[in-house]
Amino acid sequence: MTKLTGPQGPKPSRNSTSRYGVYGFLIIAAIFFCIPLYIMVVTSLKGMPEIRLGDLFALPGDPSFAAWTKAWSEACTGVQCDGIQGGFWNSIKISVPSVAISIAIGAINGYALSFWRFKGANVLFGVLLFGAFVPFQVVIFPIIIFFREIGIYGSLLGIILVHTAFGMPIMTLLFRNYFSSLPEELFKAARVDGAGFWQIFFQIMMPLAIPVTVVAVILQTTGIWNDYLLGLIFAGRENLPMTVQLNNIVSATFGVREYNVNMAATILTAMVPLAIYLFSGKYFVRGIAAGAVKG
Amino acid sequence: MDERSNSSQSSQCITPTRSGRKLQLSAVLASVPMAIVALGIFVICVAYSVVLSFTKSKLFPNLNWVGLDQYDRLWGSARWLTSVENLMLYGVLFIILCLLSGFLMAVFLDQKVRFESGFRTLFLYPYAMSLVVTGLVWQWMMEPSLGIQNVVQKLGWESFQFAPLVDSDYAIYGVLIAAVWQSSGLVMALMLAGLRGVDGEIWKAARIDGIPTWKIYLFIVVPMLRPVVITSVVLLAVGVVRVYDLIVAQTGGGPGMATEMPAKFVIDHLTGRSNVGLGMAAATMMLLPVLVVIGPWIYREYVRPAKR
Repeated sequence: MTKLTGPQGPKPSRNSTSRYGVYGFLIIAAIFFCIPLYIMVVTSLKGMPEIRLGDLFALPGDPSFAAWTKAWSEACTGVQCDGIQGGFWNSIKISVPSVAISIAIGAINGYALSFWRFKGANVLFGVLLFGAFVPFQVVIFPIIIFFREIGIYGSLLGIILVHTAFGMPIMTLLFRNYFSSLPEELFKAARVDGAGFWQIFFQIMMPLAIPVTVVAVILQTTGIWNDYLLGLIFAGRENLPMTVQLNNIVSATFGVREYNVNMAATILTAMVPLAIYLFSGKYFVRGIAAGAVKG
Repeated sequence: MDERSNSSQSSQCITPTRSGRKLQLSAVLASVPMAIVALGIFVICVAYSVVLSFTKSKLFPNLNWVGLDQYDRLWGSARWLTSVENLMLYGVLFIILCLLSGFLMAVFLDQKVRFESGFRTLFLYPYAMSLVVTGLVWQWMMEPSLGIQNVVQKLGWESFQFAPLVDSDYAIYGVLIAAVWQSSGLVMALMLAGLRGVDGEIWKAARIDGIPTWKIYLFIVVPMLRPVVITSVVLLAVGVVRVYDLIVAQTGGGPGMATEMPAKFVIDHLTGRSNVGLGMAAATMMLLPVLVVIGPWIYREYVRPAKR
């Protein structure tokens, strides 16, 4: 019995049954969370005859990426049949400027609110913050009317403006809370040295705000990429984002439902936010915690 | 020394010296986009929507005042009543289930387990995916003839039923499963952060007193997690009122009206049904709970205290 010779191996635990319980629970939960992803991948790699057999969980007998190619470049999204790739590029065209602008404005707002409080700033911020909770349905219609009047309804500019406006509350909150946590001496010293509003912002505050900016980028990119309603209403037929085209592919197929193509398109749509999630790890968690609500 | 003027800055506003005024002007100018959005969208647009709810607006907005007629019609409409009922049932269950499962996952993860970060990644990844994706995947798994139901029946359990989306009595629970799958990881992440923030001394003290672990969690830790619980509930509740994408992707509101929701009611009346007045009345009703719950909270938390 070599095990008894020395203090080696795992520390004996008095309640090992409860350890099994802990792992048992976690593993069952993990399986529950994994199943949909597994099903998506497996289904997308099967051919339709195999899917019709009804073995949802079975591994593909002859895995092929044919459904992926079809989803990317041939599936019908409404009247057009050139796949979801158009939606992919639209989502990029919408996300990149929306993310950049909303973060830039959010950072300036947060900075102004933390160090340059002017009269009425708090009220303004309160109203803006309230905006983070207003259901989109309440404000969408007047914006449609206004955009129609000025001629940007159903355009790329329109959807970018909408995303910027709706991203502003959370971005402002995020940066305001971050800047408020910085020592004020920093700001005072810069003022004594004669630095002005923008100088302090660009040379001192933004370099310090890189971590929170990363969080903001993650939060906004996933949020805007995953948006459906605003894209559907404001983007216009030419610029429909990936989520909207995905839903069109799945719901508008006539005749045979190609579940493999549907699932491939679904994975393609989920890929960008999933990649962001996996690569940003801790920052993603920090982002949702910070973007949530303070405290 | 510039000491004095600077210290007055920190207390409220910028000193009204000449350069100070100029600087404050930059701050005000920099805040113009914020002001436009705050006032333009969240005050004027909201107000306009509310005003339209008192008019006869159909396809195009008009200002033919009809008082509370639209609200009468709204609350007399079977579809709206069903939507509100669905929302209540879905909302209460969604929040409770997310809180429970999120808390449990956080507690179990907090037991110094191996592969903790692996488990955490698995529990949270659905939150990164859109509700459209979530809805479509679960719709596929709940497909009656090819989905989970069929697999289990083939295994020999022939009376097994799991195709909630085609049954109007259970469709809402099908949506609920997908929603909880997507969001409970969020609660887990928030709760785990909360648990990690609990002072280790409290654990030691409770252990020395010989209190069993579950009692420590229930009577000491849970009350300390109150702020996290409030945050989670606020976040989940906002998601509940807004629930739209998931419904559209998973059930389209059906079968019948079994999964209709207020958010969908509004959009449908704005677009397909061209009944702006009624849609705006419904939107105003959606705004009310948000206003009542969130308004005082924002005021207390952010507007009133001028302290840093």
